Amino acid sequence: MVNELRYLTESASQTAGPYVHIGLAPNAAGFDIFEKHFGNVLAGPDTKGERIRIEGRVIDGAGTPLRDALIELWQANAAGKYNHPADRQNKAVDPSFRGFGRACSDFQSGVFAFETIKPGAVMGRNGMPMAPHVNLWIVARGINVGLSTRMYFSDEQEANAADPVLNLIEWEERRKTLIGVREQHAGKVVYRFDIHLQGPEETVFFDV
Amino acid sequence: MESENARYGDYMQRDRSVHPPALTPQYKTSVLRSPAKPLIALQSSLSEITGPVFASAEIGPRDNDLIMNYAKDGLPIGERIVVHGYVLDQHGHGVPHALVEVWQANAGGRYRHRKDNYIAPIDPNFGGCGRTLTDRDGHYVYRTIKPGPYPWRNGINDWRPAHIHYSISGTAWAQRLVTQMYFEGDPLIALCPIVHTIPDEESIRSLIAPLDKGAAIQLDSLAYRFDIVVRGARATWFESATPQDAPMERE
Repeated sequence: MVNELRYLTESASQTAGPYVHIGLAPNAAGFDIFEKHFGNVLAGPDTKGERIRIEGRVIDGAGTPLRDALIELWQANAAGKYNHPADRQNKAVDPSFRGFGRACSDFQSGVFAFETIKPGAVMGRNGMPMAPHVNLWIVARGINVGLSTRMYFSDEQEANAADPVLNLIEWEERRKTLIGVREQHAGKVVYRFDIHLQGPEETVFFDV
Repeated sequence: MESENARYGDYMQRDRSVHPPALTPQYKTSVLRSPAKPLIALQSSLSEITGPVFASAEIGPRDNDLIMNYAKDGLPIGERIVVHGYVLDQHGHGVPHALVEVWQANAGGRYRHRKDNYIAPIDPNFGGCGRTLTDRDGHYVYRTIKPGPYPWRNGINDWRPAHIHYSISGTAWAQRLVTQMYFEGDPLIALCPIVHTIPDEESIRSLIAPLDKGAAIQLDSLAYRFDIVVRGARATWFESATPQDAPMERE
């Protein structure tokens, strides 16, 4: 016999189901129960950085946008610093920016959106900087384990070309599935980012 | 908010064999919503070992009391229960300040949701959602009404066992988890296509909460105990010797 290893097993995931909104975004579901909400507006009046909107849809294998998905976003601030004690980069936290948001697919159109700021570059492993990106996590009915992905920015071509995570993806064509496309709408900067669950344009998802 | 109990570092690889695969045809909705291509494995970076930090000031005093947090002109109908347990990491350490969010149907099996049109009535005094932060030891507790089972369109006679949905936000983005808690003794567990998306019987058992009579509030509420395990961080004992020594990403 040898010493016994006593690691616990992670609890199994189960789908968030069709009613995820009442649990995680009751306000967005038109349900007034809590005083404070975790919504899709990340940037306040004092937040530093370029104001952007991230807008997209989550699309199933039949080409239909999901109208019951919940998407979470986690990102660094404009200086490329996460508001978290494990980020020991020598950069300042922005006290007006947590970097976390939750959005629901619209019940009719399937469009989700975040109002935020463009993050700065964060240092990656082995001293290789990562291109600016936001981290996304998607749950819905029919998704058994939450899906993790990233959105990078189309106007950061040089940084994207050197990004250690994008470069992990052997199929260069698939890297495009992680690039939000910068557009201007009525003077506002919008990054368009559709997430494809299946098909030829299937988004790259990560085992993080 | 730096907590003396919090642990940071690379996360151990997720053991996918204890989770449902993406494609589970017996749960029909997964068929068109399951990625078909393999996930790309990432070593933890700052993007994964960090995550949103929640403050107790964001949680209202009644957010973890589902019996009272939507009561209008009386108490909700149903069995009064307390649910409690620990959020642990894979080392068995409690995860402090984890955000635990729960949502559920009422005693008749009906959700307060615009898309739920089951014949069982809405309970005017029951909302069906709650949330709390774990304490410094990783413990959480909430009070609610035991949810009822309900039919759902998958097979024409498929029924969900009584369950409470859970969402756990731990110390890090890499720990993010949603799951469901079931109740000891429910015969519908063995018949549920969603439960059985999980291939591993032991993993299914760990989602079934036992009656915890010791924690019952005498003459008031029964109790169930439900511990949840999220991924554990590997302690950072050694840094890599050279900054460029780990480009093993390609085969």
